[in-house]
Amino acid sequence: MTTGRRSLAISRALLWPALIVAILLTQIPLVATLFYSFQEWNLLRPGQRGFVGFDNYAKVLSDGSFLSSLGNTVLVTGSAVVGATVLGLLFALLLDRKFLGQSVARTLMITPFLVMPAAAALIWKWSILDFTYGMANWGLSLVGLPPVAWNTEMPAATVIMVLIWQFTPFAMLILLAGLQSQPREVLEAAGVDGAGPFRTFTWITLPHLRQYVEITVLLATILLLQVFDPVAIMTKGTGGSKTLSYLLYERAFIGLEVGEAAAYGVMTVIVTIAVAMVALRTLFKVFSEEGLMNR
Amino acid sequence: MTTTTLGVPATKSTQVPIRKPAGWASRRVRGIALTTVTWIAVLAFFFPVVWMVFTAFKPESQAATLPPTFAPDFTLDRFQAVFDRDMLPYLINSASASLGSTLLVLALAIPAAYALSVRPVKNVRDPLFFLISTKFMPVAASIIPVYMLLQAVGGLDNITWLTILYVGINLPIAVWMMRSFLAEVPREIIEAAQIDGAGLRTEIFRVVLPIVLPGVAAAGLICFIFAWNEFFLANLLTTQVARTTPPVLGSFVDGRGQFLSVLSAASTIAIVPVVIAGWVAQKQLVRGLAMGAIK
Repeated sequence: MTTGRRSLAISRALLWPALIVAILLTQIPLVATLFYSFQEWNLLRPGQRGFVGFDNYAKVLSDGSFLSSLGNTVLVTGSAVVGATVLGLLFALLLDRKFLGQSVARTLMITPFLVMPAAAALIWKWSILDFTYGMANWGLSLVGLPPVAWNTEMPAATVIMVLIWQFTPFAMLILLAGLQSQPREVLEAAGVDGAGPFRTFTWITLPHLRQYVEITVLLATILLLQVFDPVAIMTKGTGGSKTLSYLLYERAFIGLEVGEAAAYGVMTVIVTIAVAMVALRTLFKVFSEEGLMNR
Repeated sequence: MTTTTLGVPATKSTQVPIRKPAGWASRRVRGIALTTVTWIAVLAFFFPVVWMVFTAFKPESQAATLPPTFAPDFTLDRFQAVFDRDMLPYLINSASASLGSTLLVLALAIPAAYALSVRPVKNVRDPLFFLISTKFMPVAASIIPVYMLLQAVGGLDNITWLTILYVGINLPIAVWMMRSFLAEVPREIIEAAQIDGAGLRTEIFRVVLPIVLPGVAAAGLICFIFAWNEFFLANLLTTQVARTTPPVLGSFVDGRGQFLSVLSAASTIAIVPVVIAGWVAQKQLVRGLAMGAIK
C-alpha cells in the first residue's frame, strides 16, 4: 500500500535526525576510543605512537586499579541506590498523609535533588564535614562524641552520604507518586476487613509499589553509575572512593596515557553494558506489563 | 488529659455535634506525633541547604567558627564579593549552554518521540533500546576522542561545542520521556484529525503537542537541570571563555580558611535558578522523573 509506505517514510524522516545526532555524539567517540585502545600513545611522548595490539588491555587487567575501582563503583553506586530508595520510601510514607504544611514539606524535601552536585559536594565537604568547623562534628561534640575526620578517614562513606542526600528526594518523588496512585477503595476495603496499617502495607501497598521501586532503582543506577563530581571534589579518589569514571579521568588527564586510558574506557563500557542489559530487560518487563494491564 | 496539652480543650470534643469514632483522641495524638516526626525529618534533611544560604549572609570571620555562629552580623557583602570575582560571565555561559541544549533537544526529541509512539515504525524497540543504551555509557569512556577532536578543530573552551555535547547527553532521556507522554494521547483524537484532513504539521503542532505540553515541559525542565548542573565535561573542555558555573565554584575555596561564606554565596547563586524552577514545576518534575511510565 503506497500510503502505508509513505507514512513509514515520514516516520523515518521524523526519527532519523535524533538518531543521527545520537550516533554522531555518542557512537563515533566510542569507536575512536576503541581504536585508541590498541595504540601505544602517551601525550608526553607523541613520537612513539603505534599499534600495540592488546598490550593496553593486558596492562589494565594486570594492574589492580581496574578491579578495585570496579568494586568501588559497585559499592558506592549500590549503597547510594539502596540508601536513597529506603530513605525515599520512608519519606514518601511520611509525606503521604494529610498534615499541616504538607506541600511545603514536600517542596523542601525535593530540594537536595535540585542542588547543583558540585555545590552540594563543596558545601558538605567544607561546611558540614570539615574536621574543625563542620556542623557534623559540632553535632557530635554536643553529645560528647569525639570529632571524625570524615573527608580523609572515610572518603567512600562521605561520597555515599552526599549521594544518598541528593538521590533520596528522587526516590521519594517516584515512590510518593506510587503511593498516591493506590486506589482508595482497595485501602478502605482492607480497613473494613480488619487489616491493620502494617498488614495493609505489606499485603497491598508493597506489591503495588513494586514497579515504582524497580523504576526508582533502575533510573538511580543509570544516573549513579557515572558518578564523578563528589569524588573529584571531596576525595579525589582516595580510600575506596575511586570509581571507574574517576579512574578513567585520572589515567587520561593526569597520566596522559591515551592508549591505556582508552583501554580502561572500553573495559568500563563492556562492564556497564553487561549491567545495563540486565537492567534494561527488567525495565522492558515493567513497561510491557504496564501495557498489558493497560491501566 | 493529653488533649489539653495539645491545645484542644478536653470539653470541646464533647461539644462538637458530630460524633467522633472511638479512639479518636488517641488517633489524633498519633497524628500530631507523626506530623512532628515528619517535620523534624524533613527539616533535618533540608538543613544543609539552609545552612549554606545562612552562611552566605555571614561575614567571613563568623562563617567558620566553633561553636557555629547562629546570630551573625548579616551582610550582603559576600554576594558582592562573588560578583567582584567575575561570576556573571560563568552564569551566562551556564544559562546559554543549558537553554540552548534544551531547545535543541526538544526540537529533535519531539518528532522522534512522535514517530516512536504515534506513527507506525517498524521495530520501535530497537531505536529506543539504542537511545537508552547510550545513557549507560560512561561519558568518561568517550572523553578522550572528544577532547582531541575539539582540540583539533579549535573547539575547546567553546560554549557552542559544550552545548552540542549536552544535546548528546540529554537527547535519549527526552525521547524516552516524551514517548511515554505521547503514548497516552488517545488514538481517536489523532485519527479524527487525520480524517479531517489535517496535515502532519497540523497534527503535531495543533493536535498532539497541546495535549502533551506538560510532558514537554517536564522533559525540558529535566534537560535544563542536568545541563545546568553538569560538571564533568564543563570541567575538562572549558578553561576561561566558555567556563560554566559548576567548575568555577571550587575556585571560591582557597584553602586558607577565609572562604566559607563566599563559597556559600556563590553556591546559593548557582543553585537558585534550578531550585526555583523545580519548586514551581514539581508536578511535571515527578512525572518527568518517572519517565511518564507511571501515572
